[in-house]
Amino acid sequence: MATVTINGKDVEIGSNERLNCIQAASKAGVEIPAYCWHPALSVVASCRMCLVEVGDKKPDGTVAMQPKLVPGCQTPVKDGTVIIADSQKVKDARKATLEYLLLNHPLDCPTCDQAGECYLQDYSFDYGRGYSRLNEPKNIKPDKDYIGDQITLFTDRCIMCTRCVRFTREVSGSAELQVVSRGSHEEIDIFPGHPVNNPLAGNVVDLCPVGALCSKDFLYQQRVWWLKSTNSVCQGCSTGCSVTVDQNEDRVYRLKPRHNELAQGHFMCDEGRFGWKYTHSEQRLTAPQTRSNGHAAPLSWEDLLVSVRSALQKAASGKQSLAAVLSPWMTVEEAWMLAVFMRSISPQAVLAVGPVRVEGSDQHFPQDLRGNVVEPVKFTIRAEKCPNRAGVQAVVAHFMNDPMPYEELLRLASSGQFSAVYLTGGDPQGWISELQAEAFSDVETVVLQDCLPSPVLQHATHILPSATFVERDGTVVNHRGLAQLIRRAVRGPDGSRPDSRILWELSGRSGLFQAEALRAEIAAAVPALANLTDPAIRTTGVLLGAPQPAAAQTT
Amino acid sequence: MSDTAKKKNVRWVEEPELGFWESTFVPAIMQGLKTTLKHVLDGNPVTQQFPEVKPELPLHYRGVHRLNRDEKDRVKCVACMMCATACPARCITIEAQAAPPEWPDRDKFPKSFVLDELRCIYCGMCEEACPVDAIELTHIYDLTGESRSDLMYDREKLLGVFDRTKNDPRDPVRTGRGRLGPASEFVQLPAVGPATNVPTSDRSAKSEAAGVIRTTGREGQQ
Repeated sequence: MATVTINGKDVEIGSNERLNCIQAASKAGVEIPAYCWHPALSVVASCRMCLVEVGDKKPDGTVAMQPKLVPGCQTPVKDGTVIIADSQKVKDARKATLEYLLLNHPLDCPTCDQAGECYLQDYSFDYGRGYSRLNEPKNIKPDKDYIGDQITLFTDRCIMCTRCVRFTREVSGSAELQVVSRGSHEEIDIFPGHPVNNPLAGNVVDLCPVGALCSKDFLYQQRVWWLKSTNSVCQGCSTGCSVTVDQNEDRVYRLKPRHNELAQGHFMCDEGRFGWKYTHSEQRLTAPQTRSNGHAAPLSWEDLLVSVRSALQKAASGKQSLAAVLSPWMTVEEAWMLAVFMRSISPQAVLAVGPVRVEGSDQHFPQDLRGNVVEPVKFTIRAEKCPNRAGVQAVVAHFMNDPMPYEELLRLASSGQFSAVYLTGGDPQGWISELQAEAFSDVETVVLQDCLPSPVLQHATHILPSATFVERDGTVVNHRGLAQLIRRAVRGPDGSRPDSRILWELSGRSGLFQAEALRAEIAAAVPALANLTDPAIRTTGVLLGAPQPAAAQTT
Repeated sequence: MSDTAKKKNVRWVEEPELGFWESTFVPAIMQGLKTTLKHVLDGNPVTQQFPEVKPELPLHYRGVHRLNRDEKDRVKCVACMMCATACPARCITIEAQAAPPEWPDRDKFPKSFVLDELRCIYCGMCEEACPVDAIELTHIYDLTGESRSDLMYDREKLLGVFDRTKNDPRDPVRTGRGRLGPASEFVQLPAVGPATNVPTSDRSAKSEAAGVIRTTGREGQQ
């Protein structure tokens, strides 16, 4: 164990930990401000905001301080390192640094999208001066509206921390951004004709500590202090990035990555970042209804659920069997409730995991300009475009030793083996083709629980408009068996209901849906999902079963 | 404060007993009639004949809002939504949009600006919050409408109020020419308490501009 002294306070750091002064200080609860340093990027020590006094404690107890201030991000700590981050010398240095950073900054906070979550604002408030001594006109550089399809650059707000440049070089590997010119003429720019359109481009907006790089999608939509954040999990692929859903008045405005070493690290891809738009689609199913011979009859939820239950019970009394398709877009809790419900109606009911959409192959980053993956892999977009295949499979495997493949279920359905099927959807890209939907055309009772229209809608006899991931509570399990919670951030459109509530009421449980209670029930029944009761699931998530060796791409 | 100290500072007052005359309420009625009669006879009526005679309101009366235009006749508002944030009645709804390319000096402007005049409590916080002096309260007090939606003032209506009041000496209320509260009387802002320590030799310490920290005298204590 190594002992580091920060502001006179000793803190122990592990022998394997390789920390710089900023990280060591944060262990002691001391904030050392920094702009250019980011834990996932290389160190450049260019912003000079983290200047601290550093010294060494000699074996005889005397402390030898270095005469000059050193950048904390660039200075590794070892046993006996003494860091002073609250002396007048350090405070004056921060004040001077901030004054320089603000020399040419336009101070247009009222019209800046970053205001409210801006490090310049925060650090100026905490460590800066209350005024500027600059009498000369500011050097204002023209804005660059097109840095990428999703990104705009307010050049004058930039403080040249080069986080974005390092991100495109080190994480995405595409290296579109660079610094041009020198001194106070320095600007971030792209090579002509090579905009920042890589699949991870949106991260440079999050990385920007000031309001220079802004997302065109979010630009001027909301002031950030109005947004309420809910921790959730991205549904774009089976990586299952930890995210926060930022919403105001039941409207989602953006998704931001949430740091989680177990899931994805610090970043997320653009596909996931902008992949929530379907939640506010005009196409959303909002009318609970029954259909017979093409005639739709709107029904109240209470009557519809009664009708679904009696239709399934009637079907179960016949010779043919019942089937349910459990979509990999369901949460573990919903899959469990549906499986239990179907088995309670008919103990022989067939369960199948719904179609898992796979697009191409896994995309690993960084990639060089020829598309070759550069080791070590820092981010992966998975080909499996659904959030919870592992979780739903675990539930289905608990009820059926030999789970029926989805294709087999389609074949049996078209040959008239089933008297009733319960279909769940949820994939915004569409989960069933016209041809596949034909398989259900002759099934007597087709219960469809989905949020968006699909070809199977015309064959459905009972339509249950359900919710998207921002409107539900539950657990999803990613590709490496990491169970994380999604949480309800907004209310869905009128008429729709969260899947969890539909299934809770359908299975005749009393009271309101409670994910926590259900998780305890699942953990007790399914050994493979026993870890669901671990309280860590609320923060970082828990790895189910024997933890697989952490793959390099998740670091 | 301890319990005994609390008890020491409390004086208990008993309600006085009503006497015979007091319990008839006749003296109290007489007292009231005397006041009424005094006002009837003194020939100084307080009632104003409203629509015919316009009232003279104090100059700091805060009425309908206006949205100012800048020198190029564009809406001055930059859609920063500080007014909507400051508004205690939450009556301001703004939708921002990026400024058109013809406005190189502007980043954004309000695509829609709706102020619910019925919900507003005319506190003037929006005016105070505005960093560009775009929203201001005027002297207009007699706003009417036939429906609730009539009194949802949109951007054009609020700009219309500006056009109507821009040459009125009473407006805007905050910087109006009349006598206002003490906060409006500053010719020069007093020196603000030091946000940071400034050496007396610092150029800013010698500045004459209002609001600049002159000297702190904390130099030696650092």
